[in-house]
Amino acid sequence: MILSSLTKKIIISLSGLFLLVFLALHLVLNLTAICSREWYEAVCEFMDTNIAIKLMVPVLVLGFVIHLAFATAFEFKNWAARPRELKYAVATHTKGVSWSAKNMFVLGIVVILGIVLHLFNFWSKMQLQGFLGNEEENAYDLVVNLFSCKCFVLIYAIWIIAIFFHVQHGFWSAFQSIGLNNSKWLPRLQFLSKVYAWIILIGYLSIPICFTLGLQCS
Amino acid sequence: MKFTLKVWRQKNAKSKGRFETYKIDNISPDTSFLEMLDILNNNLVHEGKEPVAFDHDCREGICGMCSLYINGRAHGPDDEITTCQLHMRKFKDGDTITIEPWRSAAFPVVKDLVVNRRAFDQILQAGGFISISGIVPDANAIPIRKEDADESMDASACIGCGACVATCKNGSAMLFVAARVSALERLPQGKIEAAKRAKSMVQKMDELGFGACSNTQACEAECPKGISIAHIARLNRLFIQAKLQD
Ligand code: HEM
Ligand code: SF4
Ligand code: FES
Repeated sequence: MILSSLTKKIIISLSGLFLLVFLALHLVLNLTAICSREWYEAVCEFMDTNIAIKLMVPVLVLGFVIHLAFATAFEFKNWAARPRELKYAVATHTKGVSWSAKNMFVLGIVVILGIVLHLFNFWSKMQLQGFLGNEEENAYDLVVNLFSCKCFVLIYAIWIIAIFFHVQHGFWSAFQSIGLNNSKWLPRLQFLSKVYAWIILIGYLSIPICFTLGLQCS
Repeated sequence: MKFTLKVWRQKNAKSKGRFETYKIDNISPDTSFLEMLDILNNNLVHEGKEPVAFDHDCREGICGMCSLYINGRAHGPDDEITTCQLHMRKFKDGDTITIEPWRSAAFPVVKDLVVNRRAFDQILQAGGFISISGIVPDANAIPIRKEDADESMDASACIGCGACVATCKNGSAMLFVAARVSALERLPQGKIEAAKRAKSMVQKMDELGFGACSNTQACEAECPKGISIAHIARLNRLFIQAKLQD
């Protein structure tokens, strides 16, 4: 069955909205690491044992897979509609077009690479070990150790900035794609999009920065 | 005024095109861009050379025939105008002006600067009409909210020029389709088939090799009629409605 371009876009949008909710929740839970070791460990314990969370994990993976698969298919179709040999010799910047909007796919690739690294840094040393019947490493120690290395702080910063740009366009774009927009709401949604993206940027960046500078309270 | 023109020349759809450089002199600032090209062609004919093929018709901004990507912008360096409404005073004396055809897989070049925009007609044939039959009440007898009439009117301003497709990084025709769908949907006669129309026109658009929408807003920035992407949101809404009715 060949899905129409708009159906693909709607699927990208719905999975994207789901990922936006996940991203916000993930931030709130992780910020506890800055506040106290006990809170953070309690959160990790809860996430490890709660049945609802356990059930959500495969849904989350599915959300990523769907988003990625449809986004890739979507991009291929768009490249075919404007192939390399049909590029303009002279092209100017079109007024009002954001850099994010033009680079969603590349940003997405950086995001997914960051996720793979992140899973390796944490998930493979915690949940995976538990699953294999081995001793899980302490989550808080993992954070401290990881960000004691400046190179990881830098890599995580690049990753977070890519997420920032991706969601800065993605947030309002998702509403537009499912038709929840009009001339009145366009500027409002674009404003909310910026607010959301900045919260994500500052929130997530604060974790590696606090840990590398030793500003966390514990 | 004096200009150096770099013009895309291409014999036919199959041949490989290239830029040809021409010098042109003695152009009044009040000459329109198309008149300037007429002068260039006149010179070329006098020199025994093949004139440059370009599209045009009304020359007053209402037919949508004139196209041209001028110095990296659809319809040249001004907002909300067509190429026929562009004047040479918008350029500086001595400027080099690069003129290219619309570029998109769905708009193949026919010759030089002329592209085939039949795909737009095909999209319209897929649903850009009202087919309800029976006794139709007099249009003036049907009450229509002022806001709806205004929105329909705004969307109807689309002249089918293709600047949206030419500017879009995905070569998408969503703004054009949305304008046509919206113009009809806002009126009682067109509302009845709105969802079905949205679906069949999008389907046709896909089939004809146009890309999909990334919501970059490039189309509305270059649309000579200032059609808003709010119409694309409505198209998306109607498309979902149609899918739910399937
Ligand atoms: C935290 C992870 C992510 C979040 C929160 C997210 C969120 C979003 C949202 C909300 C949209 C807008 C959907 C729309 O306009 O319909 C979007 C679009 C998109 N995303 Fe993601 N995304 C994430 C990861 C990824 C990844 C890993 C890729 C992989 C390539 C990706 C590629 C794309 C593409 C290509 C688009 C469509 C861009 C376009 O319209 O041209 N995203 N994303
Ligand atoms: S929407 Fe605007 S740019 Fe696109 S065809 Fe209509 S008038 Fe031209
Ligand atoms: S020639 Fe008709 S719009 Fe330009």
